[in-house]
Amino acid sequence: MPDSIESSASQGGTVYTETVIFSPPEQYAADAPYQIAIIDIEGGGRHTVRVLGKQESDRARIGDRVTFVEERDGVRYYRKAAT
Amino acid sequence: MRSVAVVGIGKTAFGAFPDRDLRSLAVEAVTHAVEDANVPTERVEAFYLGNFAGPSFVGQNHLAPYVGTAAGFNSIPCTRIEDACASSGSAFFHAWQSVAAGVYDVVVAAGVEKMTSQTTPRVTEILAGAGDMAGEGRAGATFPALFAMIARRHMHQYGTTREQMAAVAVKNHANGAKNPQAHMRKVITIEQALAGKPISEPLTVYDCSLISDGAAAVVLVPLEMAARFNSRFARVLAVAQTSDYVALDQKDDITVFPSVKSAGEKAYKMAGLGPRDVEVAELHDCFTIAEIVASEDLGFVEKGKGGPFAAEACSAITGPLPINTSGGLKSKGHPVGATGVGQICDITMQLRGDAGERQVRRHRIGLAQNLGGSGATCVVSILGAA
Repeated sequence: MPDSIESSASQGGTVYTETVIFSPPEQYAADAPYQIAIIDIEGGGRHTVRVLGKQESDRARIGDRVTFVEERDGVRYYRKAAT
Repeated sequence: MRSVAVVGIGKTAFGAFPDRDLRSLAVEAVTHAVEDANVPTERVEAFYLGNFAGPSFVGQNHLAPYVGTAAGFNSIPCTRIEDACASSGSAFFHAWQSVAAGVYDVVVAAGVEKMTSQTTPRVTEILAGAGDMAGEGRAGATFPALFAMIARRHMHQYGTTREQMAAVAVKNHANGAKNPQAHMRKVITIEQALAGKPISEPLTVYDCSLISDGAAAVVLVPLEMAARFNSRFARVLAVAQTSDYVALDQKDDITVFPSVKSAGEKAYKMAGLGPRDVEVAELHDCFTIAEIVASEDLGFVEKGKGGPFAAEACSAITGPLPINTSGGLKSKGHPVGATGVGQICDITMQLRGDAGERQVRRHRIGLAQNLGGSGATCVVSILGAA
């Protein structure tokens, strides 16, 4: 993966849209319910990511800022930024 | 290019049929279609079969000759077409092309899916394969999730409400309850739809189409030959297929399906018609929001007004533009690979005046819109009464 993409992935972003999934595919059954979002990455690009947290206060909504937590098995995990 | 007609239609009921296999469903639909067309099976020159995921759902590949030989076709080209939920819309497009181009005179387009032998989590996983598995799929996006994210954005940009989406479900269930071939013949209320089990917020189970088994088939011939087979033919005024990104996150504005807009525009141009000329439509309501977005992108209503359009009963059977009089994917069922050709059967029934208590008053021009994935494929067909 080129450095530029690697570095943009670890930057924060803004939620473009999101959903909480209650009916997961077999592969992610243990994670449900879980939130995914399409985020606009600072510095450009749009990605589908996981948003961590199970509490209502962890829930990221359209326009909320999210910060990068980690990339694991090709999935980028973000968390709602503290306001 | 030759004008083309649909001279025969055949459908199985859509539903959960534990005792039926994929092949027997497809053969039943094809047999009904060739009988309706008064075409002996030996006259059929090519067979296009739409199927999304037979190999995953039932472990069978090489489906077109597998079905074709059982239906009585011998030594003709039998081809399976896969374009996700638009698989049989695409089969119809390719069958139409081959007749219009003068390659063949008698062609069968069909679609089939056998989904209910798998668990819902497994079906969810197989359906996710119609998206971008390296990106959104790996992040855990299901198909309901992709359309939930479209819904969220549509609500954000245009003020669309959950009640308006529920109105689509209520209408389609009311229609499907009157369709003897529908999967879920149950009238529901707005309150029930809103209180449904959450699948992917803001979508409840009542915003989602059904997991179904079923098959559909049509027979296509040149228009000039149509009356020789069946005086109750339907004219194919246009068929257009277009494409777009598979991954939702590659699109600039997910509240628009560019493939629906472009397929619609091409089809209107080919038919010499506009959205105001359409008298009855079958739209791809895999989720309630999808019918709302399609009604906008096909020009039936201004962008962002699809929600109020549904909520004000404009698309009810008695409304100015009846949509999904069959019950749609929501109530009639959504055996993925069968849906596109199933819509052609439903529109042809309306054009013939055969829709019984679901019959619309004006039925000279009908439109069918079949969507693949979250909009990567769209097929729009416009049919006219004989």
